[in-house]
Amino acid sequence: MARARGKAGQGSVWAAVPGLVYLVALVLVPLIIIVIFSFLSRAKLGVGVKWEFSTQAYADLLFSESLAGGRSFDPTYLQIILNSFVFALVTAGVTLALSIPIALWIATRPAERRTALIFLVTIPFWTSLLIRTYAFVIILNDNGPINGTLGWLGLIGEPIPMLYTPFATVTGLVYTFLPFMILPIYASAERFDFRLAEAAYDLGAGKWTVLRRIVLPSIRPGVIAGMLLVFVPALGSFLAPELLGGGKTSMIANVIAAQFGASRNWPLGAALSVLLLIITMLVLVGFAVTAKRVSRTGGSNTWEAML
Amino acid sequence: MIRRARGSGEALKDFPLFGVMSAAVFGFLYLPLLFVVGYSFNENRVVTVWKGFTFDWYVDVLQNDDIQRALMNSLRVATVATALSVLFALGLAIGMLRLARAGSTLAWGLIGAPLIIPEIVFAIGTLSLFVQVRFSLGVDAITLAHTAFCIPFALLPIRARLRSVDLSVYEAAADLGANEWRIFRRITLPLLVPGIVAGALLAFIISLDDFIVSYFLAGPGGTTLPVYIFGMIRNAITPGVNALSTLLLLVSVLIVSISYVISRRKR
Repeated sequence: MARARGKAGQGSVWAAVPGLVYLVALVLVPLIIIVIFSFLSRAKLGVGVKWEFSTQAYADLLFSESLAGGRSFDPTYLQIILNSFVFALVTAGVTLALSIPIALWIATRPAERRTALIFLVTIPFWTSLLIRTYAFVIILNDNGPINGTLGWLGLIGEPIPMLYTPFATVTGLVYTFLPFMILPIYASAERFDFRLAEAAYDLGAGKWTVLRRIVLPSIRPGVIAGMLLVFVPALGSFLAPELLGGGKTSMIANVIAAQFGASRNWPLGAALSVLLLIITMLVLVGFAVTAKRVSRTGGSNTWEAML
Repeated sequence: MIRRARGSGEALKDFPLFGVMSAAVFGFLYLPLLFVVGYSFNENRVVTVWKGFTFDWYVDVLQNDDIQRALMNSLRVATVATALSVLFALGLAIGMLRLARAGSTLAWGLIGAPLIIPEIVFAIGTLSLFVQVRFSLGVDAITLAHTAFCIPFALLPIRARLRSVDLSVYEAAADLGANEWRIFRRITLPLLVPGIVAGALLAFIISLDDFIVSYFLAGPGGTTLPVYIFGMIRNAITPGVNALSTLLLLVSVLIVSISYVISRRKR
C-alpha cells in the first residue's frame, strides 16, 4: 500500500511508449535503411536503389573504374574525409582558443550577471544556421565590409579573396559552433573554487602561473566536452563548406548530398553516410573514454545550461 | 600583502585582457548578424555596396507570392511538428521517471540520437525511408521528420520542470482520493505548463529554422522559408535575402527570449 502511494501521480512507464516508437520509426529505421541501401545497386535512373546485393558502393570509395573496365586506386574520397577531419580539428582548436578567456571571464562575474551573459552567448545558436552562414557570404565578399574597410584605409589595393576559400569555411564553422565550446567550459569554470587561486596568489604565484597550473587543469572536463560538442557536428557540416567553400573545399556531407542529388548514386551516398556514422561513433567512444579518465562533468551539462 | 590589498574582491579573479577578449568574442558573435540586418535596408541591388536607406526590400519580400507560400509551409510544419513533439515529449518525460535504469539508457540514446547523428545523415535517411514506403515528399514528410528532432528540445525543459516538483503534492492528492488521471490533469499538467511552453517554443524555432532536412524532403511543393532563402542565395543575392533573413532572425530571437523568461521564472 505504502509503495503504491509513493508512486501516486507519477504516471506509468507506458506514457513513454508512443514517443519511443516514433523515434524508432523516424530515427532508427532510417539509419537501418541507409545501411541496407549502401549494400544495394545503383538504380537505372539514379533515384532510389535497385534491390540487388552489391558492395560496389564501398569499392567506389577507394577505386575508380576506367571506361576500359580497369580498376585503379582513387584517393578522392579519402582526401575528402581527411579534409573534413582537418576542418573539424582546426575548428575545434580555434573555438577552444576563443572560448577559454570568455568562459572564465563570465564565470568570474557576479551570479546574476552570469545568467544574462550566458543567455547572450546562446542566442546566436537559436537563430537559423542558414542565415548565420549567409552572414559570412556578405562579410567575406570581395566588396564586403572587411575588404571595404581595408581598402578605405588604403591598406590594400585589390580586395583580398576570402570567400570560397578554406579560410571562409573554417570561419563559418567556428562561428556556428562557438557556443558549444563556451558553454561546457563555463560550466566547469563556474564550479571552480577561486579560493584555490587565492591560495596560490598568497603563496606568491603570478596570474599566468595560476591560470596555467591551477585554473586550466580544473576546467579540463569542460574543455573535453567542448571539443566533442564542436568536433562531431563540425565533421558532418554541410552548409559552411557549401556556401562559403564554394565547392572547392567539399566535406563529407557535401559529397553525400551530391550523391542523393545531382550525381544520383544513392548507394554511394549511403556508404559515405555509414562511414560518417562510424567515424562519429568512434570519436564519441574515444571522447567518452577520455572523459571518464578526467571524470566529473560531461556534455549533458551543456544542454541543461542552454535550455 | 600589497597585492592582496590592491586586488581584494573581484579583481583577484580577473586575468589580464580577458575582459577585452570577451568583448571581442561577443562582437564576433553579434556583428555578423548585425551586418545581415544592416544591409537589408540597402537601396543598392548589390548587397554590400551601400547606396542609401530604404524599406523597399521588406515590401518587396512581403508581397512576393512564392515567399508567402513558403512562409505558410514553414508555419504549418513548425506548428504541427511542435504540437506532436510536445505530446511525445510529455509522455516521455512522465514515462521515463519510472523506467528501469537499463531501459532508460537505451531510451536516452534514442532520444539524443537526432542531436548526435550528423544532420545530413538524418536528412537522407528520412528521404530514403519516405521513398521506400512511397510516402510523397512535401510538407507532411518534412513535418514528420521535424517532429523527431524537435522531441529532445521539447523534452528537456519539461523534464527539468517535472524533476523540480515536490512529490508530496501527489501523495496529498492520492490521500484525498484522486485517481491517477485526475492527479495528472489537475496537478501534474498545471505544474508542467511553464516547461511545456518553454519546450514548445524551442521546438517551434528549431523547426522553423531548419534547412537541411527540409531541403531534402521538400519535393516540388514543400518549399519552406529557409529552403527558399537558400535558393535566393544560390541564384541572385539581393538585399531581399537580408530582409527575409532579418524577419526570421527577429522571430527566433523573440521566441527564444520568451522561452528564457518563462523557464527562469520560479525556479
